[in-house]
Amino acid sequence: MPMIEMKNVSKWYGTFQVLADCSTQVEKGEVIVVCGPSGSGKSTLIKCVNGLEPFQQGEVRVNGISVGDAKTDLPKLRAHVGMVFQHFELFPHMSITENLAIAQVEVLGRGKDEARDRGLKLLDRVGLRAHADKFPGQLSGGQQQRVAIARALAMDPICMLFDEPTSALDPEMINEVLDVMVELAQEGMTMMVVTHEMGFARKVAHRVVFMDQGRIVEDDKKDAFFGSPRSERAQQFLSKILHH
Amino acid sequence: MLNLDFAFLTPQVVSSYVLKGFAFSLQLTLVAMLGGIALGTVLALMRLSSRPWLALPAAAYANTMRSIPLVMVILWFFLLIPLAIGRPLGAEMSAVITFTLFEAAYYSEIMRAGIQSIPRGQVAAGYALGMTYGQTMGLVVLPQAFRNMLPVLLTQTIILFQDTSLVYAIGAYDLLKGFEVAGKNFNRPVETYLVAAVLYFAISFSLSMLVRKLQQRIAIVR
Repeated sequence: MPMIEMKNVSKWYGTFQVLADCSTQVEKGEVIVVCGPSGSGKSTLIKCVNGLEPFQQGEVRVNGISVGDAKTDLPKLRAHVGMVFQHFELFPHMSITENLAIAQVEVLGRGKDEARDRGLKLLDRVGLRAHADKFPGQLSGGQQQRVAIARALAMDPICMLFDEPTSALDPEMINEVLDVMVELAQEGMTMMVVTHEMGFARKVAHRVVFMDQGRIVEDDKKDAFFGSPRSERAQQFLSKILHH
Repeated sequence: MLNLDFAFLTPQVVSSYVLKGFAFSLQLTLVAMLGGIALGTVLALMRLSSRPWLALPAAAYANTMRSIPLVMVILWFFLLIPLAIGRPLGAEMSAVITFTLFEAAYYSEIMRAGIQSIPRGQVAAGYALGMTYGQTMGLVVLPQAFRNMLPVLLTQTIILFQDTSLVYAIGAYDLLKGFEVAGKNFNRPVETYLVAAVLYFAISFSLSMLVRKLQQRIAIVR
């Protein structure tokens, strides 16, 4: 059973179709990169995985559980599907330690001390232990994003979703975030990553999904995708973002 | 000629006439503030709901309350509450209920603006961590909204404090009434109204200054 399975997912905003018949899957331990021009529906697609965006047709299953089913306990499902956002979305009124602990305590029911320890361990891991008592606003964008990754990991996720995790960062901060993600990928975390960072894709992705106008145009093994993308649209896209 | 004489306002006079009224004005302000903010927050959440059966009644409530002069609401409630509960209610109790319900309409608009000022991504982040709607609101959105809106909430409370003087319409014994009674007893109404005005001004103005100080201190660093 795949970790994430999307079958013929379609979504409309009014009459405008943002996702058209999207099907793909992510096996356990697999890393897939979703790329495509802006407005192609990548972010919407990844938000369908944990039900942050509702969809009108098709089916999404995470670890066998149907996301679109009204009977599914979405909070319970989401608690184990980590998500990292473009704008970090740390809680600005809480310290870094509290950011890491809050959902562990309130959602998973862990004790305060246990949650704190788990949070500090993960802060260590992303190299930010020294900032434990600061507030998000006191950290740089790259540091905030690393905290956001740690926050998601603190929930012991079965898979991780990344929605353009480096797009809002200054260029010199992108690598510190990508390094953490590469490490995660190499440890075998199941990851679905919306990004334009083709270096990251080349390094750790197993497959690359290319989207255009709400459709999945290519869904290929990494080497095949970078070697010879079949669609003209993907060729254009790659030539634009790789050659400059 | 205006011949002012404040000599009659001895500490004894103040404590026997004014203090009781002052205590009630403060009590009314505090209860209506706390109750109004609590109820206003619920109304704001209802109003922002995508479900019309929640949003419409909340909107109707806020719009109605905000379109009727307060003094009329005070009078109407004073007349209607006894009919509804079947027994008379003191002017003071009636005032507390009226002000709480009335101020809730204004506080709800403030809280609505506060909630809308929080980026949608914060809600998404709460949900993505497995939080329910209640947890996302209670732990993530409302604390930030409340903090952002604290100066405005307090400013509304200062207005509320001034408005408590309108309970004269139903004869409740508040700060103004205390001065009024003292003024009548000593036949010095001009002096007592003057002192009352100065006191209202002093309290409201110094609170406004405090709010301004607070405003500079609490801005959330994003």
